[in-house]
Amino acid sequence: MGLLYGLIAVGLALIFGLMDVTNFAHGEFLMIAMYLSFFLFAFFAIDPLLSAPLVAAALFIFGAVVYLLLVRFAMRAKANAGMVQIFTTFGLAIVMRGLAQYFFTPDYRSIPQSWLGGKTISVAGIFLPEPQLVGALVSIAAFAGLYFFIHRTDFGRALEATREDPGAVALVGIDKNRVFAFGWGLGAALVGLAGAIMAVFFYIYPDVGASFALIAYVTVALGGFGSVFGAFAGGIIVGLVEAVTALVLPPSLKSVGIYAVYLLVVFIRPRGLFGSI
Amino acid sequence: MDKDFAARRRRDLIIAAVLAVIAALTPLFVKDVVVQNILILTLMYAGLSQSWNILSGYCGQISLGHALYFGLGAYTTELLFTKFGVLPWFGMLAGGVVSALIAMGLGYPFFRLRGHYFVIATIVIAEIGLLLFHNWEWAGAAMGITIPIRGDSWLKFQFLRTKLPYFYFALALCCLAWFVTWWLEDSKWGFWWRAVKDNPDAAESLGVDVFNSKMGAAAVSAFLVAVGGSFYAQFVSYIDPESVMGFQFSLLMALPAVLGGIGTLWGPVLGAAILIPLTELTRFKFGGSGRGVDLIVYGSLIVLISLALPRGLLSLFSRPKKTGAAR
Repeated sequence: MGLLYGLIAVGLALIFGLMDVTNFAHGEFLMIAMYLSFFLFAFFAIDPLLSAPLVAAALFIFGAVVYLLLVRFAMRAKANAGMVQIFTTFGLAIVMRGLAQYFFTPDYRSIPQSWLGGKTISVAGIFLPEPQLVGALVSIAAFAGLYFFIHRTDFGRALEATREDPGAVALVGIDKNRVFAFGWGLGAALVGLAGAIMAVFFYIYPDVGASFALIAYVTVALGGFGSVFGAFAGGIIVGLVEAVTALVLPPSLKSVGIYAVYLLVVFIRPRGLFGSI
Repeated sequence: MDKDFAARRRRDLIIAAVLAVIAALTPLFVKDVVVQNILILTLMYAGLSQSWNILSGYCGQISLGHALYFGLGAYTTELLFTKFGVLPWFGMLAGGVVSALIAMGLGYPFFRLRGHYFVIATIVIAEIGLLLFHNWEWAGAAMGITIPIRGDSWLKFQFLRTKLPYFYFALALCCLAWFVTWWLEDSKWGFWWRAVKDNPDAAESLGVDVFNSKMGAAAVSAFLVAVGGSFYAQFVSYIDPESVMGFQFSLLMALPAVLGGIGTLWGPVLGAAILIPLTELTRFKFGGSGRGVDLIVYGSLIVLISLALPRGLLSLFSRPKKTGAAR
């Protein structure tokens, strides 16, 4: 579970690290991804495990379009820049939720029979549900891939450089908007991947994103905005804390533990565990 | 410049008085209960947004957790009323004091955080409050509290036959929040807040007590919002955690100010006057279908306005070029 939180959060961390914009519609991106893999399953009988790359690709395009159509302009605002970004992405979240309700109705849906659904695997006497296990493996692979991508490829370097100094980057002929759009696409693709996997074992409904979004923000902030490794670590911590809280407190209070740990961490390190400056 | 400022302040006060009188007279012409309801909510949100604006607009500490203070006001009042029979008027005061104290208590750790870390901390703390009230048996847990009917009087702040007293109270609350903002704008604190918002480090180096001025803003803001929460509880006469401490209240308080012009005297009033009737009407027209059209309309509006007018609608009225220096 923690690794999945991490996977949801890492896209957010990427977007934030890239350009200091918090995407408050992140949960809704997740919701869209879950619906996509649901419909791919319902109409074409494509198992979520197979459709995950498709969903990720679709979300990539979606993320890039959102950047080009909305966020690009929000970043240009001279006055109240922080507010404009918060409320632009927030407004987008509300619209997406409304659209989901309009087209998909508020009904709860689930994917009844996928390859993984409901199966468990026994490892050294411990029973692990397969979907979560696959989710965890995909998360680790995605983190490794992203880490490699940012630190080893040209485009990753361009991303980093654009974040450091957009002006200088323009001088050497890199188009800031293209880099950022790509970054948004990548962030959205990661949450798309998470959504496709989660569609197997979570109910799908228009507000589903909201319940994960706050945890994603907490995960990112816990690790420190802008740090991929931080999001990974944050995800694991959040997963563990949730499991421990669930043991000592009533289930309805399990998120309280996560929030309390977040508050504790930022009071001690106001920039999160692995955040710079 | 100083003369301009004084003149503007006098003008603001006169406009406010005229608007208040006009608002006070509207019930003479508007008899429709649905419309009266919308007017009451509009006034309430104008007041709430004005209070939110003190901390988030003037002082620049963007809080998306003010639902906590709203809920605390509502719960303090109603718990005192239903469990101990304390009149809502005292409960209201108690709720305000409790919220202000909690806001200051939270200020100690929170005001060290900056930017997104602060915003997320405020959301998180409100969410914790919500979950705790959800599980607090004595306070009704998820079932909430139904406020018993104890008669129709100003003393008990309950009115069964007419909504008018609620209307006048909401108006009074709105005027109070406006007046407090107006008064603080020209005080030492007002200037400090703007300095803190623009550049906390520079302000600190010039001798502004950054921490204490943030604390002051938080206390005033939380107090007024809690009074709004008490009012709301009496008005709807049923509260549960979700309906008074839900995240939507944090948003609904922030949006009018953002829409009208954040950190301005008139922004919240203007924003509420447009946004709340619009919200209520879209909900009235489309909400019943349960298909989310109201959300689509509402959300698109937020996106459009925040992109097109980052300073809020108020910036349309201010003469170009002059604003930058004056405010």
